[in-house]
Amino acid sequence: MGSLQLTSIRKAFGTHEVLKGIDLDVKDGEFVIFVGPSGCGKSTLLRVIAGLEDATSGSVRIDGAEVINTPPAKRGIAMVFQSYALYPHLTVKDNMGLGLKQAGEEKSVIEARVAKASGMLSLDPYLARRPAELSGGQRQRVAIGRAIVREPKLFLFDEPLSNLDAALRVQTRLEIAALHRRLKATMIYVTHDQVEAMTLADKIVVLNAGAIEQIGSPMELYNRPANLFVAGFIGSPQMNFIEAGRIGEPGAKTVGIRPEHIALSRDGGTWQGRVEHVEHLGADTIVYIETEKTGLLTVRLFGEHPYAPDDLVFATPDMASLHRFDDDGRVIAGR
Amino acid sequence: MSKARSSPIRSSLIHLALISYTLIALFPVFLTLVNSLKSRNAIFRDPMALPTPKTFSLIGYETVLSQGDFLGYFQNSMIVTVVSIALVLLFGAMAAFALSEYRFRGNMMMGLYLALGIMIPIRLGTVAILQGMVATGLVNTLTALVLVYTAQGLPLAIFILSEFMRTVSDDLKSAGRIDGLSEYAIFFRLVLPLVRPAMATVAVFTMIPIWNDLWFPLILAPGEETKTITLGAQMFIGQYVTNWNAVLSALSLAILPVLVLYVIFSRQLIRGITSGAVK
Repeated sequence: MGSLQLTSIRKAFGTHEVLKGIDLDVKDGEFVIFVGPSGCGKSTLLRVIAGLEDATSGSVRIDGAEVINTPPAKRGIAMVFQSYALYPHLTVKDNMGLGLKQAGEEKSVIEARVAKASGMLSLDPYLARRPAELSGGQRQRVAIGRAIVREPKLFLFDEPLSNLDAALRVQTRLEIAALHRRLKATMIYVTHDQVEAMTLADKIVVLNAGAIEQIGSPMELYNRPANLFVAGFIGSPQMNFIEAGRIGEPGAKTVGIRPEHIALSRDGGTWQGRVEHVEHLGADTIVYIETEKTGLLTVRLFGEHPYAPDDLVFATPDMASLHRFDDDGRVIAGR
Repeated sequence: MSKARSSPIRSSLIHLALISYTLIALFPVFLTLVNSLKSRNAIFRDPMALPTPKTFSLIGYETVLSQGDFLGYFQNSMIVTVVSIALVLLFGAMAAFALSEYRFRGNMMMGLYLALGIMIPIRLGTVAILQGMVATGLVNTLTALVLVYTAQGLPLAIFILSEFMRTVSDDLKSAGRIDGLSEYAIFFRLVLPLVRPAMATVAVFTMIPIWNDLWFPLILAPGEETKTITLGAQMFIGQYVTNWNAVLSALSLAILPVLVLYVIFSRQLIRGITSGAVK
């Protein structure tokens, strides 16, 4: 109960094309995340799915039924917004129940569903309060509760964690993951934060400039990025890109190597260089080295390492983890 | 708190400026009230003096209440003002919502066109308005005044309200649409409560010129039945003799209702239920 098919969705504001033909299949129960830099069209795409924005052309099917001319309330969706978007004049309970009330649901049904959702999100003590009397995290839980109460075919999340502080973000992320396991509902989630994308998604859709760059599971994107954009976008710190000619890799334009796939030694290795800067994070040590062959390299070492700026070191890449890209930035298959 | 702000000299200077402005602004009102309570001779002998038992007189109020239908004038002014404000707020808010919420061809031009009235005084069109009212048979009716004042108040109302409505969270309206609220419900139940302070501002700005206006009542509705309070007070001002007691008393009385309306609206200005709704 909750598949989604997008077929060549296009959206233009005036002459500016924001979505350039999006095709996507979401299976029932999948957790799909749209990720990309700001302005890539991911929020617009979500709003097109919700029906808040009309697509210029293309088709949106929910559970096989064309909904392009269906108003948002009748599409069987629920949406959670970045700014929570709670109704300021209604109590938590009325906020959660309004959608059902508008749909003409019976009072007892509304009561039961609100009670169930509020139990799930531990909102019971706050049901009589207004949004102004809640903290940010509680407000976002109410917004999620409002979505659950509707029992939608599709949950849509528009950067729901962006307004929360770091600790609360992790906690709410876990709650959303648990919720997905529990409800087994189809969820579509927009974020610019690749950590959220990697931790929550069954399937990540990387968008850039209104087009899909790659679709895949988090590990597929990490291990087999299809092009330079995805390679640079997924993974933190960012993948190192080196001109292939400088290190003698024939047949490729650019070579990419992730910071965690480079070994560092004081005694000997492939590339000699000098340490520029070191970031000690406890669990990780990030070392930036300048080598003659490659330019600035980011190296991620696990655990604590006593490197200091101006140390002479040798970096050795794990050749099996090398990514090679052609002139157009596409990956060259086979190593 | 910053150092500059807590400096006693600085804050006392600010208070001095504010107090002197208050005095200047209140002085005419004070003079009107004081002299309305004095006898005619006392007004001319020493206009600044407070009423003493010797000079105290309610003759002005007696004249006002006995001559002419002053309660009727009050009622007329009240009806015209309240109905005009209500119409300005309703139609102004609706137009502002359309301009700020929907993307349509000519949105920008429409906004400019609707705001044009701020720059062009409606009185320039008096002759045409009078001709129109004569043709439609609306001369000497309160409807004529309500129509003119609604037209007069709309440009500013649309201008202010559309700016405010742009600040109402898009997400909130989207959430309403997903929950199945109609566009009207979104307008009346989500957006209007959030722009209530702006509505109160518009109401105050609209109300005062309407209440004080002499021009249109004189031209469009000078009949006894439709006289407003400002027009009613004019009957005591003659070319050769002016009954100052009556004029000042009438004006003193005219301050009251507008004061009451102001208090009602300014309470709305303070109320801020929006805090915490979004982010």
